Amino acid sequence: MTKVFVSMDSAALSMGANEVAAAISEHAAKAGHDVTIVRNGSRGMLWLEPLVEVETEAGRVGYANVSADQIPELLASGFLSGSSHDSCLGLVEELDFLKNQTRITFARVGVTDPLSLADYEAHGGLKGLRNAIAMTPANIVNEVTESGLRGRGGAGFPAGIKWNTVLNTESDQKYVCCNADEGDSGTFADRMLMEGDPFTLIEGMIIAGIAVGATEGLIYVRSEYPHAIDVLNQAIAIANENKLLGSSVLGSKFAFNLEVRVGAGSYVCGEETAMLESLEGKRGMVRAKPPIPALVGLFGKPTVINNVMTLSAVPMILADGASSYQSFGMDRSRGTQVFQLAGNILRGGIVELPFGITLGDLVNTVGGGTHSGRPIKTVQIGGPLGAYLGEESFDVPMGYESLAEAGGMLGHGGIVVFDDTVNMAKQARFAMEFCAEESCGKCTPCRIGSTRGVEVIDRIVAGEDQAKNLELLEDLCEVMTDGSLCAMGGLTPLPVRSALKLFPADFGIKVEVK
Amino acid sequence: MSNYSEESILNFLGPYKGNRSAVLRSLQLVQELLGYVPDSALDIIAKNSNVSRAEVYGVFTFYSDFRSTPPAKAVVKVCVAEACQASGSASLISELHDKGYDIHKGNIKDDIQMEQTFCLGNCALGPAAMVNGAPIGRATCAKIFASTSAVTA
Ligand SMILES: Cc1cc2nc3c(=O)[nH]c(=O)nc-3n(C[C@H](O)[C@H](O)[C@H](O)COP(=O)(O)O)c2cc1C
Ligand code: SF4
Ligand code: FES
Repeated sequence: MTKVFVSMDSAALSMGANEVAAAISEHAAKAGHDVTIVRNGSRGMLWLEPLVEVETEAGRVGYANVSADQIPELLASGFLSGSSHDSCLGLVEELDFLKNQTRITFARVGVTDPLSLADYEAHGGLKGLRNAIAMTPANIVNEVTESGLRGRGGAGFPAGIKWNTVLNTESDQKYVCCNADEGDSGTFADRMLMEGDPFTLIEGMIIAGIAVGATEGLIYVRSEYPHAIDVLNQAIAIANENKLLGSSVLGSKFAFNLEVRVGAGSYVCGEETAMLESLEGKRGMVRAKPPIPALVGLFGKPTVINNVMTLSAVPMILADGASSYQSFGMDRSRGTQVFQLAGNILRGGIVELPFGITLGDLVNTVGGGTHSGRPIKTVQIGGPLGAYLGEESFDVPMGYESLAEAGGMLGHGGIVVFDDTVNMAKQARFAMEFCAEESCGKCTPCRIGSTRGVEVIDRIVAGEDQAKNLELLEDLCEVMTDGSLCAMGGLTPLPVRSALKLFPADFGIKVEVK
Repeated sequence: MSNYSEESILNFLGPYKGNRSAVLRSLQLVQELLGYVPDSALDIIAKNSNVSRAEVYGVFTFYSDFRSTPPAKAVVKVCVAEACQASGSASLISELHDKGYDIHKGNIKDDIQMEQTFCLGNCALGPAAMVNGAPIGRATCAKIFASTSAVTA
């Protein structure tokens, strides 16, 4: 029997992976080959999808960009024994792109069968949870604090400190809410983990529950991710059947129940308090803070809110110890970051590395520059609220503080590459337009300011009274930065100002930009 | 799809009876069942969840997923966010426009409807699109229409 891996990740499906898997089944059967097809997650080398891997004695041999009509030819050439072919990559794990990474959170993604709990355990799964069950809640929280793990959803708040607040707040009911709204353009790590290794997230959430004394968990997933929702629901059912979830987690005294909730097409619902409102069935209006959700969260109860990547780092921290995770990274950015290379990039996908790699190395050495082959003009890091950076920032090491110093923001770790055909006035206008469209409407600077922003940028580009309109834009940006309740209105000026500062010519500016 | 009764919707929403926090989920369930949320369903949900119609209406209008009219057989979501802009979504969108589809208006033509969306999580293989939930990477008109014809046929 030969094992063949064809990913069921959405990105692979978008390039025809289902058709490829069906063709392999059909033609292998016809030719009398005994083949088992495993639908794994994606290795994160998205430009190679559909990637087909064949298990051989030497390891898994990969075939890139396979199409369904190629299958008869591949079978005839003997690819089931890993024979050479134009599309053959050799051993997948020996490819530079993978070999040079430090995969901790993504260790199993693309390797295992996402819906096999046995496979999960065989690859190190549940070790962290078993350790946690034997520890005191305070010690679990301590371990997470010691690891240096910070929130991967955008704000970078230390996870252990948040957990400690929830642990020390008395309540008859507490919640763990996973933020899987992943609305930032250029980000897909949450989706790939949920589709490719859902038990890691489930294990992380159970550990969080045990640590803070919460018995209920909710995963808020955006509706744009139907496949991830489906995989998560299947994984939760399997976890319930196997007593990983329920009234006695792995036979312990701890209970933990988990449920998936689906969003309805609103970017601002990724903001944690808007997410809570949405989970309560209401409009996604941002709440004023304080009180923080750790004290007054879902239905007014103490609530841990963490991003998918934050929670998914936890099992490894508990399995291998805080010091192991803490040993990676730089300064106050500890552990690994799951970078996502997106947009106009030759080798797009998942790059998990310790903090500290430079931006230039990421996009050029790892990513191979643009897909179009043209020069890179700019990159946007951290989603629609993130700054545009030019080549002069390519020496910046990737970390929370170092990026902030360079005027940028790490956000969720997505990096969108643009070539030299991009017009930055259009990008600045889009940032304002997006804010106007997605604003929850609670504060005027965000709701009205963004609409005014679009108009002012249009006037600048049209060459109308540029000095005056530039001043007006600057004022608007200031009011939005200072007068907004949340980062939606507060950070929209970041892409706008950076675009203007770096590329004034794209705005047709004839006067000096301050 | 319009042959529904108040009773059938109420049956469907049964588990949420009296649950004020189930307004969003009720709207989602109705849309799953009917493909859209008819005006009369707002009253039914209000009654079932024990909240005012205004509250239900507020939730209905806040979220862009909800529709008040039946969708086409094939609903195509086209990503308009930054990573796909960097990968040439603008020319795809204008080609679709030339074929009679305005993703901003979401008009229906030949059982197909195209709508804009902000990021589908396929940002390394843009332009990204989705046809009735099935993802399309490196999307072209040809790929999109091949996919829609499979559902409209
Ligand atoms: C407009 C807006 C959108 C956001 N979207 C997300 C999101 O999609 N996913 C996420 O994890 N955090 C998002 N955040 C950040 C959350 O508010 C919050 O900081 C995060 O979920 C906390 O988890 P962490 O500490 O693990 O990062 C968003 C914030 C804002 C202001
Ligand atoms: S800044 Fe915008 S999104 Fe945030 S609370 Fe104010 S209006 Fe809502
Ligand atoms: S930006 Fe288009 S799929 Fe993410």
